[in-house]
Amino acid sequence: MSAPFQDRHIGTDAAAQSSMLATLGYDSVESLVTAAVPDAIAVGPIDSSVIPPAASEREALAELRALARKNTVNQSLLGLGYYDTITPAVIKRNVLENPSWYTAYTPYQPEISQGRLEALINFQTMVADLTGMATANASMLDEGTAVVEGMLLARRASGSASNVFLVDSDAFPQTKALLRNRAGAVGISLVETAFDGDVPEAFGAFIQYPGASGRVWDPAAVIEAVKAAGGVAVVAADLLAMTLLTPPGELGADVAVGSSQRFGVPMGFGGPHAGYMAVRAGLERQLPGRLVGVSQDAAGHPAYRLALQTREQHIRREKATSNICTAQVLLAIMAGMYAVYHGPQGLKLIAERVHRTAVNAGARLRASQVEVVDQPFFDTILVRVPGRAAAVVEQAHAAGVLYGLVDDDTVRLSFDEVTAFDAGLVDRVLAPLGVAPVAGEEKGSWRPASPLPASLERESSYLTHPVFNTHRSETSMMRYLKYLADKDYALDRGMIPLGSCTMKLNAASEMEAVTWPEFAGLHPFAPDSDTVGYRDLISQLEGWLAEVTGYDNVSLQPNAGSQGELAGLLAIRGYHLANADTQRVVCLIPSSAHGTNAASAVLAGMKVVVVACDELGNVDLDDLRAKIAEHADTIAALMITYPSTHGVYEHEVRNITDAVHAAGGQVYVDGANLNALLGYARYGDFGGDVSHLNLHKTFCIPHGGGGPGVGPVAAKAHLAPFLPGAAGTTHFDDPFIVSAAKYGSPSILPISWAYVRMMGSEGLKAATGAAVLAANYVAARLRDHYPVLYAGDNGLVAHECILDLRPLQAATGIDNNDVAKRLVDYGFHAPTMSFPVPGTLMVEPTESEDLVEIDRFIDAMIAIKIEADEVASGRWPADDNPLHNAPHTAQSVIVGEWDHPYSREKAVYPVSGQVRSKYWPPVRRIDQAWGDRNLFCACPPIESFAD
Amino acid sequence: MADATTLQYTAEHEWVLVEGDTATVGITAYAAEKLGDVVFVELPKVGSDVASGTVVGEIESTKSVGELFAPVNGTVAAANDAVVSDPSLVNSDPFGEGWLIKVAFTSLPTLMTYAEYSELVGE
Repeated sequence: MSAPFQDRHIGTDAAAQSSMLATLGYDSVESLVTAAVPDAIAVGPIDSSVIPPAASEREALAELRALARKNTVNQSLLGLGYYDTITPAVIKRNVLENPSWYTAYTPYQPEISQGRLEALINFQTMVADLTGMATANASMLDEGTAVVEGMLLARRASGSASNVFLVDSDAFPQTKALLRNRAGAVGISLVETAFDGDVPEAFGAFIQYPGASGRVWDPAAVIEAVKAAGGVAVVAADLLAMTLLTPPGELGADVAVGSSQRFGVPMGFGGPHAGYMAVRAGLERQLPGRLVGVSQDAAGHPAYRLALQTREQHIRREKATSNICTAQVLLAIMAGMYAVYHGPQGLKLIAERVHRTAVNAGARLRASQVEVVDQPFFDTILVRVPGRAAAVVEQAHAAGVLYGLVDDDTVRLSFDEVTAFDAGLVDRVLAPLGVAPVAGEEKGSWRPASPLPASLERESSYLTHPVFNTHRSETSMMRYLKYLADKDYALDRGMIPLGSCTMKLNAASEMEAVTWPEFAGLHPFAPDSDTVGYRDLISQLEGWLAEVTGYDNVSLQPNAGSQGELAGLLAIRGYHLANADTQRVVCLIPSSAHGTNAASAVLAGMKVVVVACDELGNVDLDDLRAKIAEHADTIAALMITYPSTHGVYEHEVRNITDAVHAAGGQVYVDGANLNALLGYARYGDFGGDVSHLNLHKTFCIPHGGGGPGVGPVAAKAHLAPFLPGAAGTTHFDDPFIVSAAKYGSPSILPISWAYVRMMGSEGLKAATGAAVLAANYVAARLRDHYPVLYAGDNGLVAHECILDLRPLQAATGIDNNDVAKRLVDYGFHAPTMSFPVPGTLMVEPTESEDLVEIDRFIDAMIAIKIEADEVASGRWPADDNPLHNAPHTAQSVIVGEWDHPYSREKAVYPVSGQVRSKYWPPVRRIDQAWGDRNLFCACPPIESFAD
Repeated sequence: MADATTLQYTAEHEWVLVEGDTATVGITAYAAEKLGDVVFVELPKVGSDVASGTVVGEIESTKSVGELFAPVNGTVAAANDAVVSDPSLVNSDPFGEGWLIKVAFTSLPTLMTYAEYSELVGE
């Protein structure tokens, strides 16, 4: 306990900072940031802070222990899409608790992301196989929102003119609530049906398979009828049940969705877990979210990368298939690895044991004169206790068991991997219903018949690829995970200077509590008395986030920044509707905005109007005033990012927000760049009405290779009634619900809680200062080599800077992609490419990098500029030089004759200081076009890797 | 390959070859270069009516999406299936095998000449 946590989190110490400040000509961090942040928005002193003074790592963990102890983990039989599961320890230790996996970024640089791309393609193959569909994506945020995306896909893909979407009356209640909120915003009419009569005309239909009641039925005829009328059939399928039941693809479904939680991912009081979506052949281009595909590298070897990226919001903006960006990569990888570890036989054994446990429980209840609803089921039974259901649920709770309350007369018991392999536990969970324990020798001999119809028995094979049939021993599994992790570049190797992504430290002490059973083991619908510690933690964190942003209320429900945006815009929509301002539908969005803003606005039922930016990258005030005048009383909102996506503190922000308010609009401030503001300015103080924050950027939740994220939505009091969870209803009736679980992804909230607790207000402010100092230092040192686009007051940037590679490209033909790939040879992850300006690199060093690493990056960039000049001078041909050929694999410099005009050493050891720890990319530059023209999104046959 | 100097052009970087009452439409080499490697082309159905200036199809590359605007009013007389199955034709031969649609037009708006278009793209 030698140093305060702040000094562990911030990479630059006092000596380093003073040398950096000297480069910039400032005498203190405070004077630098004060010069950069416009006076008009600078924060005043806060009267009574709710953020306690910084705790040490040990103290914070002790407090988290105390909060954890206030939770009670009872045995859940609550079901409804969340089931207890056994996380294989080899996966927990080597994936969930391994920074090589959890500190990686979304695999936009595929050459240095082959490990997690392979892991994701395993997930996609698993989902496609189990659901019987052609192509699966690399995860959705949860099952409920995946169903919503299925509905939206159906509307895009259907030829029907109908405005109606049919909803299974036996769907999960949280799914129904999400469909209601989201359909309402985009003008879709929902019709709930039990599918027991003629199928009404509709552009699509949603079927829960098995149903929330546990019922298993054959929906093939309904699916056929939906499709015959031009509709699209969406089926939510339980992946474990699909090892035994005919999968949706074979029943004729167009789209399959669901959750992979029960594949080894703890319930975590609601999340995070990976949802999934898979489609039949022909609908691939309609898929939302990220999709991993196979392509080839410059040597013709198979290589993975994200496929069909033009579907996504960063390119297609308001015309994107969805607003989803951050997904649930880390959790998808865990679920995929669960299938790799258990294999098809293992999964089927688990499913059979779960099913057998439910069947036996039903038989034992009947033998004890308890009525069990007579219907085919997989893992869930309904028990009739006329008039006593609430009392039975309470009795069970007192005995440490959670039953689902269906209605006054019925309770629901869902069995899972944990109950299936613990006969004593089954005795315990049935005892509250008056079932006597069974003697040990009798347990094995109980073989009542399965109620599943033989016609739905699965006949097709699945998970036949060798990857699912190889790693049965823990040694093999451990080595496979290490083999994949070694291919990737994560924060445990070096700096990831991705602008707008804030790849800061995810401290080990922040991660500690995530896997504690008191946080990991709770079902999202557990009774309040079981979740006191969690709700205390959530309430404290909400209060802290409200204080640092200047808002009144915070909801932690959104599972990603995109969902926080949507929640914020839906709150604005709700506010205008409540004021009878139904005509307020126009959302003003600056041209520099992230594409997600526009995609989210469309999903909130708004019409996007783009506001121009001036040559300095700022919102063009004249154009803003013109657009406001043009749309006058129809303006719903302005979305503005602060500091701007250009990494600049816009001087005029106050005038911008004032102009929108004067027109009756609401101001949405995108909090993606909050890391440049904490302690120096607050959104709520300079005109923001509502914002989302990214806990996975500013508040240290790791990126996990592309998720999980948490995107809290924070608002002023007048919008607070329209936030998720604020309506005073149950979660299942919440008109502003945006996630399947009430608190989104609670099990990762201890990370952000610990960060704020260990930094305190002063530490958060110091982190902002260090981040702004680092970005300005990079800009100052690289300015002579690459033009730095955009600056604010006093020529300063905020927490990131944009290097303009276009002049270099014009002069030499070397573009930002060549530089990005060459950085790999130097041992770096590239900065953000071509966002927000095409042909540029945006660098965000964050506060966590030390000066040695920052200088190493700067020196690499300068060395690369010198290499580019050699190309310009003609010493190296434009099509054969170290940049054009980057990245260089070990194989590429060893195999065969070396016939390039630069040396092997130049190729792979361009600077001598690197010899100590060389990162070797596993593949050469990947051909993006080849993979999109030859789309293949499942595990490739092993033979394709033979040389 | 059509002679680029004799074609007509739109501000959306499309070329138009007028033969009788049929207009053949494609995107210019400049547009194909800016888009990058084209990986997917979506064209309107033969027989569908199109209105000048409206979006009737899409040209996707690995990094961006271009919209295909109808340069004339009329009815789609043909769509280039070869380019649908091999979108790289848009890059390799934009003025020839990479043509996109033929439209039987009812009226022909004023289009740009080669010289005017060259000035627009600064070449």
